Amino acid sequence: MNRKWVVLGTAAAVVVAFVAGVVVYRDRAAQQAAQVAAEALQRDREALVRAHSPVFGNPAAKVTIVEFFDPSCETCRAFYPLVKELVNSSFGQVRLVLRYAPLHKGSDTAVKILEAARLQGKYWEALERTLAAQPQWAAHHNPQPELIWDVIADTGLDMAKARADAASPAVDQLLRQDIADMQALKVKQTPGFFVNGTPLRDFGQLQLKALVAEELRKVKAP
Amino acid sequence: MTQRAEPGSWLPLFLAWLVTLLATAGALFLGEVMGKTPCVLCWYQRIAMFPLVLVLGLGLLDSDARCIRYALPLVLAGWCLALYHCLIFWGIVAEGLVPCGQGASCADADVQVAGLVPIPLLSWLAFTAVMALLWVARTRMKT
Repeated sequence: MNRKWVVLGTAAAVVVAFVAGVVVYRDRAAQQAAQVAAEALQRDREALVRAHSPVFGNPAAKVTIVEFFDPSCETCRAFYPLVKELVNSSFGQVRLVLRYAPLHKGSDTAVKILEAARLQGKYWEALERTLAAQPQWAAHHNPQPELIWDVIADTGLDMAKARADAASPAVDQLLRQDIADMQALKVKQTPGFFVNGTPLRDFGQLQLKALVAEELRKVKAP
Repeated sequence: MTQRAEPGSWLPLFLAWLVTLLATAGALFLGEVMGKTPCVLCWYQRIAMFPLVLVLGLGLLDSDARCIRYALPLVLAGWCLALYHCLIFWGIVAEGLVPCGQGASCADADVQVAGLVPIPLLSWLAFTAVMALLWVARTRMKT
């Protein structure tokens, strides 16, 4: 009789240990999954904003619009005044971070020219001229990004230095990083907007305005 | 008519049953909780191991020593399969001899507990221990 209880007790103990093991294992697995998800989120955040990117507006602004941008893209050109207005009318609450998504032929050259201008502090001026002249140089069947040099020639740039910078490995590396981040974040069209990390899912000017307004509300009323 | 187990044979029988119980619980934990898909050879060893819990357990409850006789063929079969599995795992025998279908490979390095002990080795040790304990129980019963 006594031995029967030893057998049954042992069986019960193993069953209890098994169930406890299941609980502990599930808990640990859930923690690991949460950690993996947090790391992925962190990676996405790093991919979203890099220290090398041009910033328009207050660098300490609480709302960040990240725009994956292609100098040859007509819609990027159309969005530019709106995005600029969103930053300017925000009293330092909104900033724009430009990332490159050179999806068109010749866009990589255009980006390198713009980055060369940035090294001499003429970035936004060069960008606006480049966008204004986009119909001339960015025809998709025959892009001539070299024409941008003429467009920005009278901004006071040291043109010899700019041409050397545009061909430099540092600028090339910056562009490669942006392309890698674009792929990591699955940006497939330009302009690709993220506002404080939230992608603009429903594309449009009004929708972008609404998303920025929503994020502004969030930071004002935490 | 049941053959009463002698006092000296109860403990080894109990320990043998305990080993099969832990091996079964461990196999179920690895497969069902940790999600490691058992390969074909693992399944054959499970087929030999799982019934031992019931055969030896009932024998213990009824103090029926004949359970040893019924258990031994299963133990022997499982022991051979586990040994074969170990040889495949260590690459001494080519896996091509066994039709491992879809699912986990029998020679997969993933079949390790805590990255240290290969599961086939664990299985083989369990079957060896059960066999030795049953043999001890049988010898004590005869004398």
